[in-house]
Amino acid sequence: MQIKRVKKLTKNKKILEVKNLKKYFPQNKTESVKAVDDVSFHVLEGETFGLVGESGSGKSTLGKVITGIIPATEGEIIYNGQLLDSYKGNEKKRVNREIQMIFQDPQSSLNPRMRILDIIAEGIDAHKLALGKKRKEAVYATMQQVGLNPDFIKRYPREFSGGQRQRIGIARAIAVDPKFIVADEPISALDVSIQAQVINLFEDLKKENELTYLFIAHDLSMVKYISDRVGVMYLGKIMEIAKSEDLFENTLHPYTKALISAIPNIESANNPKKENGRILLEGDPPNPLHPPSGCRFRKRCPLAMDICKEQVPQMREAEKDHWVACHLYNK
Amino acid sequence: MLEVNHLDVVFRTYGGEVKAVRDVSFHVDHGEIVAIVGESGSGKSVTVKTIAGLMQSENAEIRNGNVLLNGTDLLKMTEKELRKVKGSTMTMVFQDSMTSLNPTMKVGKQIEESIKEHTGLSKSERKDKVITILKQVGIPNPELRAEQYPHEFSGGMRQRVMIAIALACNPELLIADEPTTALDVTIQAQILDLLKGLQANYNTSIILITHDLGVVAETAKKVIVMYAGMVVEKAPVDQIFKHPGHPYTEGLINSMPDVSTDKNERLIPIEGSPPDLFSPPTGCPFVSRCKYAMEVCEHHIPPEFEVKYNHFSRCWLHDERAGVNHFNANKEGEETDQK
Repeated sequence: MQIKRVKKLTKNKKILEVKNLKKYFPQNKTESVKAVDDVSFHVLEGETFGLVGESGSGKSTLGKVITGIIPATEGEIIYNGQLLDSYKGNEKKRVNREIQMIFQDPQSSLNPRMRILDIIAEGIDAHKLALGKKRKEAVYATMQQVGLNPDFIKRYPREFSGGQRQRIGIARAIAVDPKFIVADEPISALDVSIQAQVINLFEDLKKENELTYLFIAHDLSMVKYISDRVGVMYLGKIMEIAKSEDLFENTLHPYTKALISAIPNIESANNPKKENGRILLEGDPPNPLHPPSGCRFRKRCPLAMDICKEQVPQMREAEKDHWVACHLYNK
Repeated sequence: MLEVNHLDVVFRTYGGEVKAVRDVSFHVDHGEIVAIVGESGSGKSVTVKTIAGLMQSENAEIRNGNVLLNGTDLLKMTEKELRKVKGSTMTMVFQDSMTSLNPTMKVGKQIEESIKEHTGLSKSERKDKVITILKQVGIPNPELRAEQYPHEFSGGMRQRVMIAIALACNPELLIADEPTTALDVTIQAQILDLLKGLQANYNTSIILITHDLGVVAETAKKVIVMYAGMVVEKAPVDQIFKHPGHPYTEGLINSMPDVSTDKNERLIPIEGSPPDLFSPPTGCPFVSRCKYAMEVCEHHIPPEFEVKYNHFSRCWLHDERAGVNHFNANKEGEETDQK
């Protein structure tokens, strides 16, 4: 089966632009964890932008800052050509409705004492979109769209399986007709056989509702499959941004190379003799309180040079639409 | 070396009996890595916990079956006899190293405890042994690290400590229950490398529980696929990915995109969700989600069919009365390929 992707990409309109964004969490008077440190990227309207990284890389923090759940320390977030902070009054309400978030764990992100009807209608109520019968009809329609039986409208979250609960979380987000959705590891709490169901749902909704996704995950094969472009984060910094195929077929950054080679692969069962060329990284990610000077990856990098210790590598366009922050690609 | 025969485990709850493990049989040879895969609730953890003798809780009951380790039945052993086996011949590594290690005890001491329990080494010999093992599992600065507490270790390092404790008495069989699930991929690669090294260098048998088929492909020699408490397929690794013999295994493989999946291809999920184990279906547990289901599947649990040498599948499609179908057609196709 083929799905026709929304061909809005040609317009190249930036729905979201992040410039030099920083989020520091102070630990004491002098030190702070730089969870997101000077990050810049943009998301085009109608695309799926994947954000990958290991735990502690700051990808979830970045998602939360963009949706306004936590405030930024410094930097700019531009939504539809205007600074996110500069929206006021009704405009601000509209923007709040247009940007929605889907969380990782449907168990803890749904209120166990609320019925499905009220959970899904929470956004509708907050934005006063519909009342009474219309409100119920809107919930009905949303439930049908995400593949939930509308007869279950009076049930509680505990009466649903993990996959169904994630559908409820998705229904809550799309009930207010959003434009931009930040999905933070939406499938990592689900069983393998259920993951594909939810991913297909994401693809369908994107087509039907003309959505743009910022898809945060650590499963690289899934990210490659669902994303148009991918950004790789390591310890608060974006290391590489490229079109999804480019990133996997023409990997530039040594960290991305190691990450991709670490994915366990079914293919290896079929040719056990073949050396898979795995790059085993030494050691663990460093303490985010005291990241190494210069490039944050240099202590684990097999190709580290002297300059990596002294200078923080800046993002540069090494190839067309392929950005990398690594001294190896200095021209 | 290890043989599990017709194991049945039930949990008694207020809601009734949960049939967590039903008629599970398999064996593990010396120096072999066997992977058990399955979703949450498929009974994979209960199976290995029964093997490791950790299922003596009040509401769990082993209804049937036996577990033979080097010929002796572990389920018939007394508590005292079992203690000797546990930790020396057979050990277990758990998923979550943060909750399995004692947070108030130095790491070196925790490893030493296991050595003290099972060997007659003196205190200084034990100290040396601890350092050797820490080195063996790839922990830098072992002398310093042995004097630290678990919270001073990273997730990957803690998992290495868990493996170190398990290795303290050179076990013949290591049971690892999702040892890398809580870890990042780059750290997962390190730990899997370590496990493979153990098997290669010390001929340790390993049972690896996981839900990641990629991990299975890279480490194991044999795979056991569990679904709703039953073993639905057993096969050598190189067989199962090329020619899965059960619709569930096939569905699992198809539903995962790998790095080479085309983006315009739609994923093929397994529709529906696993059955309720309070009242499992009378027939095949997978019947409601199976696209090849026949009438017989609803009423009778399929027996194990030997599809190929050492490749077993619990699926009625392999019965000759099922006629030519997707699965046996596949097999014939391959035979002609070989000619």
